[in-house]
Amino acid sequence: MGGRGVVVAEMTYRDAVARGIAQEMDRDPSVVFLGEDVGAAGGVFKATVGLLDRFGPERVSDTPISEQAILGAAMGAAMTGLRPIAEIMFSDFFAVCWDLVANEIAKTRYMTHGQVALPLVIRTANGGGVRFGAQHSQSVENWAMAVPGLKVVAPSTPRDVVGLLAAAVRDPDPVIFFEQKSLYPTKGDVPDGEIVDTLGTAAVRRHGKDATIVALAAMVPRALEAADVLAGDGVEVTVIDLRSLVPLDVATVAASVVETGHLVTVEENPRLCGWGAEVASIVAEERLFDLDGPIVRVTTPHVPLPAADALEDAALPSVARIVDGVRRSLL
Amino acid sequence: MTELRDRQPAGDAIGPAAPALEVRMAIYKMMVQMRDFEKRAYDLFLQGLVKGTSHLGLGQEAVAAGFAAAMLPSDYTFATYRGHNHTLARGAPMAAVMAELMGRRAGLMAGKGGSMHLTSVEHRMMGSYAIVGAHLTIANGAAWSSKLRRAGEVAVCFFGDGTTNIGAFHEALNLAAVWKLPVVFVCENNRWMEYTPISSVTAVGHPAADRARAYGLDPVLVDGNDADQTYGAARVAIERARSGGGPALIEAETYRHGGHSRADPGKYRPDEEVEAWLARDPIPRYRTRLLGVGVDEAVLVRIEEEAQTAVDAAAREAEASPPPDLSLVEADLWADGGSSWRR
Repeated sequence: MGGRGVVVAEMTYRDAVARGIAQEMDRDPSVVFLGEDVGAAGGVFKATVGLLDRFGPERVSDTPISEQAILGAAMGAAMTGLRPIAEIMFSDFFAVCWDLVANEIAKTRYMTHGQVALPLVIRTANGGGVRFGAQHSQSVENWAMAVPGLKVVAPSTPRDVVGLLAAAVRDPDPVIFFEQKSLYPTKGDVPDGEIVDTLGTAAVRRHGKDATIVALAAMVPRALEAADVLAGDGVEVTVIDLRSLVPLDVATVAASVVETGHLVTVEENPRLCGWGAEVASIVAEERLFDLDGPIVRVTTPHVPLPAADALEDAALPSVARIVDGVRRSLL
Repeated sequence: MTELRDRQPAGDAIGPAAPALEVRMAIYKMMVQMRDFEKRAYDLFLQGLVKGTSHLGLGQEAVAAGFAAAMLPSDYTFATYRGHNHTLARGAPMAAVMAELMGRRAGLMAGKGGSMHLTSVEHRMMGSYAIVGAHLTIANGAAWSSKLRRAGEVAVCFFGDGTTNIGAFHEALNLAAVWKLPVVFVCENNRWMEYTPISSVTAVGHPAADRARAYGLDPVLVDGNDADQTYGAARVAIERARSGGGPALIEAETYRHGGHSRADPGKYRPDEEVEAWLARDPIPRYRTRLLGVGVDEAVLVRIEEEAQTAVDAAAREAEASPPPDLSLVEADLWADGGSSWRR
C-alpha cells in the first residue's frame, strides 16, 4: 500500500505496457495502435494482450510484416489529427524502416518550418539478455539518440513504463520508446489510477556520496546490484536511472558528479558512440574540475551480441564489471 | 499488357465524359502557370539564384493539373522532390514557392526545406518527399486517419516510375488494399528513372499498371499528357476512394522535357524520342483542343499573359526577400519551437 490511500499493486513490466496504452486510449479517442501481431495475438511478448478486445479493430490494428508501411501509416495519421502508437517488434528491425524514422519522422517538422506536427510514439523491444542472437538482441537506443528530431525514452520499471508511455503519447513530438525485452517479466509496484510522468527527467534510484553510476533500462537493476556489492566494502554510490536520452537530464547527472567526484556510465549498447560517450563528454566539458578520478564507461564490447547464454552474459555489462568500473573510477 | 486498357482518346469513357468548360479552363490556366513558373525557376537556377538542386516537371503538367482539378480542398497531396507543379496546383502562392527555391525568408518554409521538400499544410499539400518510396506509406497514413475520423478526405500520392522498384511501393500498395484506404497512387511514368530508361531495369512493361493486379487493383493506364484523361481518371478513382471503394493505382504516361535535375540537359535520351514527346506537349495540345471546342483565343492569350505577369511578380517578390533569419537554424525541431536536447 502506498501513502495517502493510493492503492499500489505489483505488476510486470510486460503488463504495464498494455496498461499504459489502455490508459491513453481510454483518455483520448485519437490514440490508435498498430503493429505486427499486436492485436489478436496480443504481441509476441504478450505485452499488448486485451487491447483489441477493449478498443476494437479500428483502433488496434494488426499489420503485415511491413515496417515501412507501419511507420508511414503512423506518420501520415499523426500529421492529420491522430496520435498513433506504432510497434516495431524488435528494435533491430529499425534497420528496414530507418528511412521513415531518420529521414521522414525526425526531419519533417524542421524541414516544413513547423507546419507539420508528428505526435506519435514508436514502441520497440530493445536489447539483449534473452539469447536471441545478433539480429534480435541489439541495444540500439544510441542509433535513435544520434538523429535530431527524435525523443528517446527507455524505462526500467513497470511504473515508468506506464508514466513515461503516457508522457510520450501526450508529447507533441515523435518519441522512440525502448522497452528492454529482458525486463518484461520483472515486477514492480504501480499505483492505481492515472500515471503521467515527465520526459527528460532522470531518477536517482540510490543515493551515495562516493561515486555516481549512470545507467539505463536493464542496466539500472544491474547497477543497483553492483551498488549493494560495493556497499559491502564501504563504498556508497549514487545510481541514476537516466530514463530518457533525449531530452537528457544533464542537471541531475552534473549535480551528482559535483557531489561524488566520480562518474561511471553503464551502457548495454556496443562501445563506439554509445550514449555514455555523450554523457562523459558533457561532464568532461562542463564539470572537469569537479572530477576526482577518470570517467569510466562500462559497455558491451564493440561486437554484435552472441546467442549462447555463456557468451551473451560475458558480453553484456555484468555486476562484476560494474563494480570493477567503479573501483577504477575511484583510483 | 493485354490486360491494360488501350490508350483512350480525350473525353471518352475513362472519365465522366469531357470535363466541364470551366474545369478545362482552370486546368489550362494551371498548366500554363506551372510551365512559366518552372521555366523561370530554371533561368534563375542558371543565374545562381535558385541554389542547390531542382527537379522540374516541365512536360508533366497535365498530371498535376488534371488531378488537382478533380480534388476537393480537403483532399491531401503527397508529392516527390519533383513537386513544384503539385504544390502550385493546390494553390500555394507562387512567390512563396519561388522564394523557397531561392532560399529566402519569404519562402514557403522560410528556406528550411528547399525545392525538394515543398509543403503547404494550409493547402493540404502535405509534403514533397525526396527519398524515393517513403511517401506512399505516409499517404496511406493520411488516408487511414481520414477513414478512422470518417472525414471523407482522399489522399492523392504522386511518384515517378523509378519508385515502383523500391520496397516501400509494394508495402504501401498492399496495406492500402488490405485496409481499403481512400488513397489514389499516381505513377508519373516519364520513361527515365534518372539517367537510365525504366524499361531496362523493370521486369514488366508498365512499371505501375502491370503491378496493380498483384494488389487486387485494376490496372489503369492513362495518357499523362492529356489533361482530360488525367482529370477523368482522377475523378473516377478519387470518388470511388471517397465512397469507401478503396485505393487505386494509376499510371500516367508522360515525359519530362528536361533532364533529371539541376542543369542536366538529358542528352542520354535519343533525339527522336525527345522530339516525339515534345510533339505531344500537353499544353499546346490542350490549347488546340480548347480552340476546337470554341474557346475564344483571346481568352487563352489572356490566361497566358496573366501567367507571365504572375511569374514576373513572384520572381520579383522572391528576389526582394532577404535571406532567412539565422535563428532559424536552431528553430522548430520540436513543438516548443526550439531544438534543445537537454535539461
